Amino acid sequence: MTVASPIIGAGRPVAAPTIRGTVSRRRRAAGAVVLLGLVVLVWEGAKWLGGDPWRIHGTVLGIRVDYEHFPAFNWRIADDLSLPHVWDVIRAFVDPAQRNGPPLGLILAGQALFTFREALTGFALGGLLGLGLGILFVHSRLAERALVPYVVASQTIPILAISPIIVVATQAGWLSVAIISAYLTFFPVTIGALRGLRAADPRAFELLRSYAASGRQVLRQLRLPASVPYLFAAFRIAAAASVIGAIIGELPSGISDGLGSAILNYNQYYILGPEKLWATIIACSFVGIAFVGLVRLAESLLTRGRYRPVDR
Amino acid sequence: MNAAAGSASPHVVETHGVGKVFETGDAAVTALDGIDLTIRSGEFVSLIGPSGCGKSTLLRIIGDLTDPSGGELRVNGKSARQARLDRDYGMVFQAPVLMDWRNVASNIELPLEVMGFPREDRARRSAALVKLVELEGFEGKHPWQLSGGMQQRVAIARALAFDPKLLLMDEPFGALDEMTRERMNLEVMRIWRETGTTIVFVTHSIPEAVFLSTRVVVMSARPGRISRVVDVDLPQPRTVDTREEPRYFSLVTTVREALRAHLVDTEPLDDLGDARIRAEGIS
Repeated sequence: MTVASPIIGAGRPVAAPTIRGTVSRRRRAAGAVVLLGLVVLVWEGAKWLGGDPWRIHGTVLGIRVDYEHFPAFNWRIADDLSLPHVWDVIRAFVDPAQRNGPPLGLILAGQALFTFREALTGFALGGLLGLGLGILFVHSRLAERALVPYVVASQTIPILAISPIIVVATQAGWLSVAIISAYLTFFPVTIGALRGLRAADPRAFELLRSYAASGRQVLRQLRLPASVPYLFAAFRIAAAASVIGAIIGELPSGISDGLGSAILNYNQYYILGPEKLWATIIACSFVGIAFVGLVRLAESLLTRGRYRPVDR
Repeated sequence: MNAAAGSASPHVVETHGVGKVFETGDAAVTALDGIDLTIRSGEFVSLIGPSGCGKSTLLRIIGDLTDPSGGELRVNGKSARQARLDRDYGMVFQAPVLMDWRNVASNIELPLEVMGFPREDRARRSAALVKLVELEGFEGKHPWQLSGGMQQRVAIARALAFDPKLLLMDEPFGALDEMTRERMNLEVMRIWRETGTTIVFVTHSIPEAVFLSTRVVVMSARPGRISRVVDVDLPQPRTVDTREEPRYFSLVTTVREALRAHLVDTEPLDDLGDARIRAEGIS
C-alpha cells in the first residue's frame, strides 16, 4: 500500500517486494545461462585436471575423432563415481533405465509430474492454512501470542522425523505426502501474511475507520490487497519448500510413482550408474524451478499495472 | 453565505472544555486543554498554531480517531462516535493515502463501495468528482503515476464522494510546493463554494489560513489552548486578487501577532513532546 507521499522516497518505511521490469528479467535469464555454463566449466575442468582417464572413439558430426585424455592428478571427488561426466548425465536421460524399457528421462518426467501434483496440492493446502492463520493472528492478539511460538517451533522439528508419522496416521497415499508438503509450505505463508496484512499505511486504517468500515471490509479493501506483494514473496519460498516437502514425504510413504522413490532407488544402486542419481537430482530441481516460475508468472499477471513497479 | 442548511442544530461542531492528555510511560503530556469551540454549518474554520499545539489532535478528536481525555463534544448534535458511524464527515490527511492497487476513479469510489452505494451511482459520482477536481483523463491512472498535487486532489474528491456535511482536513497541502499549494487553495475555495460543506482545516501556513477561512482559530502549545479567534471578513468569492488586498495583509499580521504572543511564553520549544504526540497520533 502506498503512503503516496509527494516527497519522493519518503514515507515508504518498508521495502516491499514488488514487480520487476522486463529488462531486468531478461538480464536475469542471461545471468542464469552464464552461471549454468560456469558450473559445467568448473565441473568438467575438475575432471580434466583430476578425474578418471577418458577417450573418444567414434564419429562426431561425421568427423572421425580419436582422443584420449589422462588427467594430471587423481582426485577422488572428481572421479567418474563421484562426479560423472556432464555428457554421461545428459545421456542418462535418453538411455533406457532398464533393458528394453523407456528412456530414463521419460520415467523421470512422469515421476516429476506426480511429485509436482503432490507439491501443488501441499502448496494449496499450506497456502490456505498460512493465509488463514495470518488473518486469524492480525485479528486476535491472543491467538497470535498463543500460537505463533508453536508455528515457529513446528519448523524446528525435522520433517524427516515427522513424515512417517503423518504417513501412518493419515493412510492417505499421495495425499499424505501433500500434507507433509503443506507442513513446510504453511510457515513462510503465515509469516508473509502476518507481515503483509499489517503493511498498509496506518492512516489508511484510519481512513476506513472514518468510513465506519467493518472488520471484514478492512480486510477486503485494505489488508488483503496491501499484503499481495508480501504474499507472493512468501509463495515463492513456499513453492520451493513444497517440492522439497513432497520429495521427502515420499521417502517413508512407500509411494513409488514420484521422484522420492527414484532418489531412493538410484541412491541404492549408485555404483551401477551414478549418472542416474544426478539426472534425478536435475529432475527434482527442475520441478522446483518450474513451480517457482509459475508463482512468478501468476504474480506478474495479478499485479502488473496494479502495484507500484520498483526495480532494484 | 452558506447559512445553516435547515438541520436541527446549526452547530456542526461544539466542544466544551475538551482536553487530551497523552500518557507516555514516564510522563503525561497535555496536548489539549479546555477547548471551547463552536463551528456553524457552512463555515470554513482553520486551526493554526505551532507544532505540538494539538491542532491535529483536536481534528482527530472531532473525527473520533482519538478519544478526548475530558470535556464534552458534539458533532452534528451527536457524539463524535455516532457522527463517525453515521458517516457525517470526510477526512483528508497530509499524505493522500491512496490505494496503490486502485486507479483514480476507483480510489474515489472506495468510500462509496464501503458504504454500499450501487454501482451506477458510484460511477456517476466519481465521474462528477473527477471533473470537480479537474482530473479528467486521469481516471484510469494509478496513484504512483500522478504528481503529489494530483494525488491530493484525488484524496479530496474521495472525501467528498459521499456528500459529507463536514470535511476535516489535516494539513492537506503541507507537503506541496508553494505554487501548487496556492492553486490547491483556490480549488478548495471553489469546492467549498460549490458544495456548501463545512470545513475544518488544520494548517501551519498563516497566509493559507487567512485566505481560506471565515474564521481562524489560533492555538498555543504546551498545553494546547485556543489563544485567539480571528474573524476573517474578506469578501467572497475569494480569488487570486484577494491576496493583494490591504485587508488581507492586515489580517495576516493579526494572526501572526496572535501566534507570536504565545510563542514567547513557550520558548524554548520542546520538540520531544511534539514527537510523542505524533507517534501516538499515528498509531
